[in-house]
Amino acid sequence: MTTPDNTPTSGTTPGTMSYTVAPQRKLFGNIMTGLVIACALLAALPLVSILITVITNGLSRFGPAIFTELPPPPLVDGGGLRNAIVGTLTVMVISAAISVPFGIMAAIYVSEFARDTKLANAVRFGINVLSGVPSIIAGLFAYGVVVLATGTFSAVAGGVALAVLMIPIIERTAEEGLKSIPLEVRQGALGVGATNFQTISQIVLPASLPFLATGVTLALARASGETAALLFTALFNQFDARSVWQPTATLSVLIYNFAISPYKNQQELAWVAAFLIMVFILIVSIIARRLGRRTQF
Amino acid sequence: MTSPRMQSNSSAVDTDYVLEVEKLNVYYGSNLAVRDTYLKIPRNQITAFIGPSGCGKSTVIRCFNRLNDLIPGARVEGRVLFDGRDLYAKDVDPVEVRRRIGMVFQKANPFPKSIYENIAFGARINGFKGDMDELVERSLRGAALWDEVKDKLKESGLSLSGGQQQRLCIARTIAIEPEVILMDEPCSALDPISTLRVEDLMHELKQRYTIVIVTHNMQQASRVSDMTAFFNAEATPTGGRVGYLVEFDKTQVIFNSPSQTATQDYVSGRFG
Repeated sequence: MTTPDNTPTSGTTPGTMSYTVAPQRKLFGNIMTGLVIACALLAALPLVSILITVITNGLSRFGPAIFTELPPPPLVDGGGLRNAIVGTLTVMVISAAISVPFGIMAAIYVSEFARDTKLANAVRFGINVLSGVPSIIAGLFAYGVVVLATGTFSAVAGGVALAVLMIPIIERTAEEGLKSIPLEVRQGALGVGATNFQTISQIVLPASLPFLATGVTLALARASGETAALLFTALFNQFDARSVWQPTATLSVLIYNFAISPYKNQQELAWVAAFLIMVFILIVSIIARRLGRRTQF
Repeated sequence: MTSPRMQSNSSAVDTDYVLEVEKLNVYYGSNLAVRDTYLKIPRNQITAFIGPSGCGKSTVIRCFNRLNDLIPGARVEGRVLFDGRDLYAKDVDPVEVRRRIGMVFQKANPFPKSIYENIAFGARINGFKGDMDELVERSLRGAALWDEVKDKLKESGLSLSGGQQQRLCIARTIAIEPEVILMDEPCSALDPISTLRVEDLMHELKQRYTIVIVTHNMQQASRVSDMTAFFNAEATPTGGRVGYLVEFDKTQVIFNSPSQTATQDYVSGRFG
C-alpha cells in the first residue's frame, strides 16, 4: 500500500518561482490605473457641477411664492412660476394619457401575439428609429398634426409631441417586462381554461407591472425636461392657460425664454425652474429604480 | 417496422374510454413528429406514457388539451375523441377543452400571485359561483397541501418549495374540476420525497379523475400506472426522427411480458 517513491527526485530541479518584475511595466500599469480613475471622476464632474450650480442658484429664490404667483413682467421683482408648473403637469398628463396605453398595447401585440413575425420585427425596427428621432422633429410632427389642424398652439399639441418621444421608451421596457414572464406561466393559465385575453390581462400584465411602471416613470423623466418639442407646440404663455387648447407655459420653455433675457429677476426664475425639473427627475428616477427591483422572476 | 398493438383487454368488455386516439399524426412545420398513433385511455385509471427522449410522448399528451395549438406551425391529423367527440372538430373551443382536460406541467409554474389566488383564478375565469374559500380549501386538501399552507394563503405561490409548487399546480388543476388530468413529467424536477408525495396523491386522485402521465422514470410508471404506452423513435429517410407507439397494454404486461422486443429492451434498461 505504500508508494515506493514519493519523495521528489533529485534529478529534476523545480522551476524557479522568482521572476524579476520589470519596473517600467509596473509603472505603466499604475499610470493606466490612475488614468481610468481620473476619467471616471471627470465623467461625474459635470453632474456635480450642474447640481451645485442649480441648487445654489435655484434655492436662493425658492419659496411658496414660486408655486402661487405668476412670472412678473420685465423690471418687476418677485413673482413665481405657477403657470409653468401647472402647464408642465398638464402637458405631462396629456402625454402620459396618450403614450402609456399606446406603448403598452404595442408591447403586448409585439411580445404576445406577433412575436417573431415580420410585422413584429418591422414594428420593433420602427420603434428603434422613433427613439432616435430628434425631439424637434417630434415637435414638428405635433405642429403639423395638431397645431395646424386646430389653428392654435396648445397643451394638447405639446402632449402629442412628448408622447411621440415617450412611446418608444414605454414600449421597449414593457416588451422586456412581458418577455421576462416565463412561457410556462402563460401555458399554466391557458391550461386552466383561460382565454388569451384573460391570460394577458390577469396573469402576464400584473406580473410584469414593475417593468411597466419603470418604463412609464423613465419616459416621464425624459419628457419633463424636454424643450425643443414644446417650442412650437405648447409655445408659451405669460399667464395661466385657461384650457388645454391654449398656448401653455412649461418649465423647460420658461427656462429657454428667461435664461436669455437680460432681466435679473427672470434669470433667477429660470434657475428655480431648472431646480424644480431636477428635483422632479430625481424623484421619478428613484421611484423607477425602486419599482424595477421588485421583479418576481 | 413493428405495428402498434392494440390493447388486449378481453376480461373487461365494458371498459369505458375517456380519450380515443385514431390515426394521429402530428407535424411541426413540415416535420412529422409522431405518426400513426392509436390509443384508448380508460376512465378513472392512470395511463403512463414512457419512452426515450424525442419519441413524441409529450407531443401526444399535448394533443389531448390542444396545447399544441399554441406552437406556430403545429398541425394535427387524425382524430382525438373525448367522450366520443372529436377535440379537433371545427366547433370545439380549445379554451373549453382545456378546462375539462387539465394539465400539470414538467416545471412547476404557479402564477405569480398568492397561493389563494393561484387556486381561485381558474375557478373565477370559468364562472365559478360558490364559496371560493371552501373551494380553495377543498382543492388544497385534494392536493395534500392544505396543512402546509393553510396559515399563509396570502403569500406568493412562488415562495413555496419546488414540491409544494407542483402540488399547488395540481390543486389549481383540480379546482376547475376537469375530467382528465394530464401530467407532463410532473416529478422530473422534484426530489424523491416530493415525488413520492405526488405519486401518493395520484393514487387518490384517480378515484375521481382519469390521469395520463408522461414520465422518463420507469419505476414511476410501474409504481403508479394501470396502463402503459411505450413510444419509440425511428430515423426517417430524410434524416429526421419520428415517434411512434410501439406497444400499449396493462402496466404489468408491459413490464413483465411485453410482446415487442423493443419494449422488453427498454423496460429492462438495455437502451433509452
